[in-house]
Amino acid sequence: MFKWFTKWFHRLGSPPHFYRIAGLWLPWLSGLFGILVIAGLYGGLVLAPPDYQQGESYRIIFVHVPAAWMSLFIYMVMAFCGVVVLVWRMKLAEIVLISAAPVGASFTFLALVTGSLWGKPMWGTYWVWDARLTSELILLFLYLGVIGLYGAIDDKRVAARAVATLAIVGVVNIPIIHYSVEWWNSLHQGPTVTKFDKPSIHWSMLIPLLLMALAFKLYFIISLFQRVRAELLHRERNSRWVEELIRS
Amino acid sequence: MKRLSLNQAFWYLLRRDLLLAFRNRSELANPLLFFIMVITLFPLAVGAEPNLLARIAPGIIWVAALLASMLSLDGIFRSDFEDGTLEQMLLSAHPVPVLVLAKVTAHWLVTGLPLLIISPLLAMMLGLDESAYGILLLTILLGTPVLSLIGSIGVALTIGLRKGGIILSLLVLPLYVPVLIFSASAIDVAAVGLSATAQIKMLLAFLFLALSLSPWATAAALRMSMS
Repeated sequence: MFKWFTKWFHRLGSPPHFYRIAGLWLPWLSGLFGILVIAGLYGGLVLAPPDYQQGESYRIIFVHVPAAWMSLFIYMVMAFCGVVVLVWRMKLAEIVLISAAPVGASFTFLALVTGSLWGKPMWGTYWVWDARLTSELILLFLYLGVIGLYGAIDDKRVAARAVATLAIVGVVNIPIIHYSVEWWNSLHQGPTVTKFDKPSIHWSMLIPLLLMALAFKLYFIISLFQRVRAELLHRERNSRWVEELIRS
Repeated sequence: MKRLSLNQAFWYLLRRDLLLAFRNRSELANPLLFFIMVITLFPLAVGAEPNLLARIAPGIIWVAALLASMLSLDGIFRSDFEDGTLEQMLLSAHPVPVLVLAKVTAHWLVTGLPLLIISPLLAMMLGLDESAYGILLLTILLGTPVLSLIGSIGVALTIGLRKGGIILSLLVLPLYVPVLIFSASAIDVAAVGLSATAQIKMLLAFLFLALSLSPWATAAALRMSMS
């Protein structure tokens, strides 16, 4: 089993193999994403009842919360790739790391925008300097730092390793974001979903929320695969398999 | 040739960096002048009302200290990088993280310590409550080394770049945030007469964490930039 796994893993690390596999998976992933996002949006925007306090405007959580989850998740993916890059010098991990950054930055931005749109009717202001909001903003800066550093170094292999180091260092910030709600008193509501013993969110809202979270995760994978494929073609432009691919 | 022990290497490097800094006194004064000038700008910008200034003094002092520390970061490795000393250091038989620690210590003694000495004067000018002076000094004593340590990672990552300055601030400032929050909040709390033990302990934790981890990250980043 373990042997099989390492073999599979090593093959996945080879650029032409990954290019082909990702190409095969993409249509299936896109289809699944379409189904999930339609189901999630229908469940969230039509089926779920309005909130007894917040009325209809709470429905933005079906975009806001998954986007915020993704913003953290993608950073963890980047940090994990960073470790792989520094330890095993795996080319594919470098490309995944740097391809994930713009997607993560977009999700972070989306979480901030949807949050402030929700904040206007609820808190009466688009922006408050609350711990959660501020740390999400800082997370956006971390993403931009990663993208900026990668762009600034000309030798892309060196750039990838520099970015890997930065991503790992930035991970120190992730727990601070996570525990910020408990550390500082804030306007932002505490976690409602992860209290598994007794979730304080009704299942009719929880199910569309989880569907949307899954859809966002799939979207991340789809967008990541496309970016990785493009970056692979660019980096390997002088290799045989790309030549053959273009000929055929 | 006699081989240096690790301790000797650390102290020689520290002494060399300090000597270089003291031979170049104008550069030594720059971060300090910058610190004082930024703080002078605040009363001009927000108005000279004593209550307001006393209220925001911790924040002003810490933002100024942060910027001053960030601007001086480039000096940790720049001249050594340009004349090739850094390369020799990486090639030497001693573990690079220890050498990095020596350089960062020297950098802090040259840029952080002056801030520590001048800050009570500036706090007095801003009208900070006197009971907070001790905590102010303590936060600067504990906080600025963390800034130098974290900053050294950023400098090491950007040392090979021609226009590293802007990128450096983008990399380093987000990582400075926790230090800023806890330092300013410690002074705030002390100014109203409450105990700031929790914040000080957090700063101590940051210091030990940075002290134990960042030299390794810096060394790795330096090797990357030099390759």
